[in-house]
Amino acid sequence: MSGARDRSSHSDGGKMPEQAARNSFGPPSTPSALARVISVFRREFATYFATPVAAVFIVMFVAIAALLSFQMAGLYTRGQADLRAFFQWQPWLGMLFMPALGMRLWSDERRSGSIELLMTLPLTTRDMVLGKFLAAWAFACVALLLTTPLWITIAWLGEPDHGVILAGYLATAMLFATLLSVSVCLSACTRNSVVAFVLSVAACFVLLLTGFSIVQDFFAQWSSKWVIESLASMSAMTHFNGLTRGVFDARDVLYPLSVVFALLWVNVLLLDWRGSQ
Amino acid sequence: MPANLIQATGLRKSFGTLAAVRGIDLCVARGHVLGFLGPNGAGKSTTMRMLTGFLQPDAGTVNIAGIDLAMNPLGAKRNLGYLPEGAPAYGEMRVEEFLAFTARARGYRGAEVARRVHSAVARVHLQPCRGQRIETLSKGYKRRTGIAQALLHDPPVLILDEPTDGLDPNQKFEVRQLVRDLGKDRAIILSTHILEEVEAVCTRAVIINHGRMVFDGTPKELDARVPAGVTHNRLDHIFRTLTAANSKERA
Ligand SMILES: Nc1ncnc2c1ncn2[C@@H]1O[C@H](COP(=O)(O)OP(=O)(O)OP(=O)(O)O)[C@@H](O)[C@H]1O
Ligand SMILES: [Mg+2]
Repeated sequence: MSGARDRSSHSDGGKMPEQAARNSFGPPSTPSALARVISVFRREFATYFATPVAAVFIVMFVAIAALLSFQMAGLYTRGQADLRAFFQWQPWLGMLFMPALGMRLWSDERRSGSIELLMTLPLTTRDMVLGKFLAAWAFACVALLLTTPLWITIAWLGEPDHGVILAGYLATAMLFATLLSVSVCLSACTRNSVVAFVLSVAACFVLLLTGFSIVQDFFAQWSSKWVIESLASMSAMTHFNGLTRGVFDARDVLYPLSVVFALLWVNVLLLDWRGSQ
Repeated sequence: MPANLIQATGLRKSFGTLAAVRGIDLCVARGHVLGFLGPNGAGKSTTMRMLTGFLQPDAGTVNIAGIDLAMNPLGAKRNLGYLPEGAPAYGEMRVEEFLAFTARARGYRGAEVARRVHSAVARVHLQPCRGQRIETLSKGYKRRTGIAQALLHDPPVLILDEPTDGLDPNQKFEVRQLVRDLGKDRAIILSTHILEEVEAVCTRAVIINHGRMVFDGTPKELDARVPAGVTHNRLDHIFRTLTAANSKERA
């Protein structure tokens, strides 16, 4: 997946015991790919909590999510026990909050020079990209989990369809993964995290927007039906809405998975290409 | 184990139109400490970045402990300890956390992580600030953290970019002694601007200028090149002569 950097990372496992016997230097065995990803993940995840990022992010995210679904969408007044309003706002919250999480992942490494240290550790580019992405996503999921008191409140107020709400949470987690992969990827393009943030918000906005009928109508004026349909199917919004309605369609699950996979792969290529600059 | 723990041939690197490194060959055998000298911008750090796999060379090959860096980057990097220029680290981490991260990334597990961190901390006298955030450390302690990170896994190959820069005289002395000790059964490259350091710790000196090698020999041979009559700052004199001649040739 990561091209030149780990071309033979799979083959060195067999060679090392023999080499370790010949000299007493170095660790006893090559860590597995999973162990390497976990080591990056651990550091990244801990960093959120070592800085004010965790507190600010979680408090703001939960507060705004609750405010939007209770006040603006009239959760009480609609007289209906569901979290539809809460989920309707998630794409827009994600559009701002995910770039905030992803923007510093690579740009800060490059600006501080710590990337030089990271890249000379025995890790493949793929290990680093996966570790960083998963740490940011896990953190986003923690923030999302902390909104479950809303669910409990709803359950207490009325009789919601718990299956639909669960599907909504899973859809949101996948939507966040999609938006995060966009911003992690853009973070690798610049050493300025503000630039990375602005670019990511713009990219996420476009990714969401193409799912709206206003935008599709605009394109309908001069393009064929096929273009509009593929445009809609490329939007994170279309697939998110599909899942939150509680209707299961395999394509709605495959979409975020393939976007995340593709963008992380691009991220690896970008970093490897940067290395040869 | 091959005779040369570090072997680089025909290294070249350009940044846009600027040719930073223009054909450098280096071989360092076990038991040798190579002093890497040159004026600012000569291409020392760029060369070291290629030796450690951070930069991909435009041309040339690097072999670390018998493992080709381009073919098996993980295998080569396992045998390598690197102190980058300026010793960058994760500022928001505490010294011990940071060292534990590099230990885990290198494959240590469980109690071995703590043991490695502890001995690396002791080696460079970092005990007073092992729980401190790296961004709040003084320059010298930051540098020591970087050295601890490079030594943590006892690598057979060490590449140190200006290891004594910013250290106090006591620490300079200690780091030199450490490097000399380590050099007995390892291969080390260190870059420096202090010529007495070369005399004190290096078994070989290489001087580069504008990305090309202008001298390769023992510190004694370097000293022998000093013209008769020069008694003060003998090495500084020959350094200036070697690097100035090359500059004129270029112009
Ligand atoms: N990423 C980069 N992009 C563009 N130019 C670069 C880059 N890195 C280094 N250079 C240039 O390459 C040349 C060599 O730089 P290098 O850092 O290797 O010098 P050095 O010998 O380490 O100098 P010093 O003694 O000041 O540390 C310099 O002219 C520098 O400006
Ligand atoms: Mg330098």
